Amino acid sequence: MNADVIIVGSGIIGAACADELARRGLEVLVLDDRRGGATAAGMGHLVALDDNPAELKLSDHSIGRWREWARDMDQGCAYRNNGSLWLAANEQEMAVAEAKLKTLREAGMACELLGAEALRATEPELRDGLPGALKVAGDGILYAPNAARWLLTRGGRRIAERQGRVAAIEADEVRLDDGTRLRAPVVVLANGIHAPELAPDLPIEPKKGHLLITDRYPGRVSHTLIELGYVTSAHNASGPSVACNIQPRPTGQLFIGSSRQFGTSDPAVDGPMLARMLRRAVDYMPGLAKLNGIRAWTGFRAASPDGLPLIGEHPRRPGLWLAVGHEGLGVTTAPGTAELLAAQLFGETPPFAAEPYLPERFLGARDAQRTSIPSEAGR
Amino acid sequence: MIDLTLDGRPVRVAAGSTVAAALAIGGDGTSRTAVGGARRAPLCGMGICQECRVTVDGVRRLACQTLCAPGMQVETRP
Ligand SMILES: Cc1cc2nc3c(=O)[nH]c(=O)nc-3n(C[C@H](O)[C@H](O)[C@H](O)COP(=O)(O)OP(=O)(O)OC[C@H]3O[C@@H](n4cnc5c(N)ncnc54)[C@H](O)[C@@H]3O)c2cc1C
Ligand code: FES
Repeated sequence: MNADVIIVGSGIIGAACADELARRGLEVLVLDDRRGGATAAGMGHLVALDDNPAELKLSDHSIGRWREWARDMDQGCAYRNNGSLWLAANEQEMAVAEAKLKTLREAGMACELLGAEALRATEPELRDGLPGALKVAGDGILYAPNAARWLLTRGGRRIAERQGRVAAIEADEVRLDDGTRLRAPVVVLANGIHAPELAPDLPIEPKKGHLLITDRYPGRVSHTLIELGYVTSAHNASGPSVACNIQPRPTGQLFIGSSRQFGTSDPAVDGPMLARMLRRAVDYMPGLAKLNGIRAWTGFRAASPDGLPLIGEHPRRPGLWLAVGHEGLGVTTAPGTAELLAAQLFGETPPFAAEPYLPERFLGARDAQRTSIPSEAGR
Repeated sequence: MIDLTLDGRPVRVAAGSTVAAALAIGGDGTSRTAVGGARRAPLCGMGICQECRVTVDGVRRLACQTLCAPGMQVETRP
């Protein structure tokens, strides 16, 4: 055996799983072919989403972990607990803000409604006439590639990394494209949109997104600004959509999203889509139009049919564990994902119910008993 | 010839010069200060690398893609 666990993918999900399992005493080998993934492309907004109770539980729990970890993270991880403002564009969206306030408060999260005046005072760059916003205090931001690196290195020697492209996984054997064979009793698939290459039955589809970053303009925006249309309409349709998402980076740069497109795997920036996305952001923050955008790029989210990740052992491939399908929320939900996976692997009671995220919901019932590592095995 | 101001000092350049040329003629050639504090200068000269960002009359512009105009105020600091 080459390790207790082999993890395929060193993005934020693979890194968080490696960290969690190494801290429990396992020897972890992380493989990545450096083709790059969503972790390097995304926004790193740590945001509690509540499309359903399971999404809220996973994101809220995970944001709490990031907040604890932030004390030890290096500057490069660029963690800030700057909070999010969910912007209401009309009275209907204000009602949505109120409903969201109730849901989040019931979950014990700190949030408050800002009226038109309070919103203007908080974020003067926003356009006139917005009726208000919901402020979620616990949300934050992160520079995800460096956070992944931090997770892979903070534990010391129990995590080994190796560059290589995994061509196939058969039982406890991982075959690289150069013919190398590596073995471990547990293999974790954490390779984002590429997971179906190694497990063709996974219902994962790429969802393309555009981003743009501006030059440095410190002090103009302090919270991450997201439109409530993000939840009410825009992104719930199946066609291409855009929503206003403006995130202040610690450097003073403004990070602008977001767009969503299915049915394409072309990474090229799509001019009209980018323009639509920027127009949407300018709608909310008119002054943005005068700022200098220095770079635009795209990335792909790994979308599952119900928007929740698949966390747990593959029901028909004993020893193959899944941590995939995190869509547009994987940076946020990486810590909770790792905890759920580890709890199942060690046969422990997870910190919250694991059922909504089990791969069985798409892949069918389990053949055999789940593989598990008795807790005493942790050295 | 065109007269403009670079970080408060007068500079004279030939008509048709870019602001990047004015940086070289009237200053030390640098355009901006990076997050880490180092000075940076135009590199690609074709609007791609973004190293030549300066403030022209209060608006952030690419020096290599901007032609000098009479009375223009160009700032490279902070
Ligand atoms: C535009 C955009 C904006 C986003 N914004 C946010 C946000 O604001 N907040 C948030 O929480 N999330 C956001 N996300 C989502 C988040 O970025 C992802 O959910 C998260 O990064 C997924 O991490 P991962 O580790 O699963 O996958 P990835 O980061 O894609 O990592 C997979 C890794 O696997 C490797 N790999 C693939 N195949 C193989 C193979 N066969 N062999 C070896 N290695 C392999 C790749 O090289 C890669 O490094 C956004 C995503 C996008 C695209
Ligand atoms: S010198 Fe490269 S963009 Fe101007």
